[in-house]
Amino acid sequence: MKAHDDFRQGLIDGIPIGLAYIAVSFAFGISGVLQGIPVWALTLISATCVTSAGQFAAIISITAGGSLVELILSQFIINLRYSIMSIAIGQKLDERAAIWNRLSMAFGVTDEIFAVSCGRPGDITPKYFYALMTIPWISWTLGTFLGATASGLLPVIIRDALGIAIYGMLIGIIIPPAKKDHHIVIVIGISMAVSLLFRYVKALSGVSNGFVIIICTLIAATLGAVFFPIEKEDEEYECE
Amino acid sequence: MSVSKLLIYIIVTAVSTYLIRMVPLVAIQKKIENQFFRSFLYYVPYAVLAAMVMPAVFYATGNMTASAVGFITAVIFAYLEKNIVTVACASCIAAFAVLLLL
Repeated sequence: MKAHDDFRQGLIDGIPIGLAYIAVSFAFGISGVLQGIPVWALTLISATCVTSAGQFAAIISITAGGSLVELILSQFIINLRYSIMSIAIGQKLDERAAIWNRLSMAFGVTDEIFAVSCGRPGDITPKYFYALMTIPWISWTLGTFLGATASGLLPVIIRDALGIAIYGMLIGIIIPPAKKDHHIVIVIGISMAVSLLFRYVKALSGVSNGFVIIICTLIAATLGAVFFPIEKEDEEYECE
Repeated sequence: MSVSKLLIYIIVTAVSTYLIRMVPLVAIQKKIENQFFRSFLYYVPYAVLAAMVMPAVFYATGNMTASAVGFITAVIFAYLEKNIVTVACASCIAAFAVLLLL
């Protein structure tokens, strides 16, 4: 594929992620302002972190006056899934990618950008990845700013309804490929079941959310790999 | 909270988030040939996103019924292979409708 096409395709693939990010970061901006964080700080957090769950956790640490150690620890646990995604992206990365490509691409590793770039047939070129992360990054930052600014103007009912946007987006990412590969359905089922156990079984409910996600991922993906190992060519048409 | 303290918190969050993403991407450059690990990586995105959705989605709007309706709407639209924006919007609209009725 030509480099130019790669860039174009990346931008195009980034549009739906960007639109979904606007809704989610809008919700983030609203909730941040309600907790007393200034608009500039919220916008800066979004522009520099680009991570939904991690940012919500950071806001909690900031408003609760938590220590920096606690902040780092919670970020590490919540965002540990990104390291697994980074490894996966590294595996699909075009061999010609230089070290500075890896250094700069790392900034854009999010759940959605990862899912889209890894789900694409063939290698990931840095050009494609940069294009892919551009629109989501702008949307994420802009959406936060708009949400934080508009917070007071919106009725509570709309704010509440927007809270589900991020989950709609995640569901929209995992279900279409699951239709084509029923092993994915089983992995999704296992992960959800384990997650439910941690939420509703009393003895396990003390585990933090970020850590639960890691445990679910390890269990479900390991079982998937043990019972339904993939052939090499399977990967070519995974997500979409 | 003072501006400088707020800035320190933001910088710490940004740096730790970046390092978690960057270190594995830079440190592991070789192709992993191990079939188990390749399979594991193939299933990771689905496992991660599934655990993020369940059960958090049911608490997303502050009302269980509205969230459940939003969730089911999202699943239906996703099953019909609508793009993620359509899925997210349909889910919000469905939740909004239920919140209005309640």
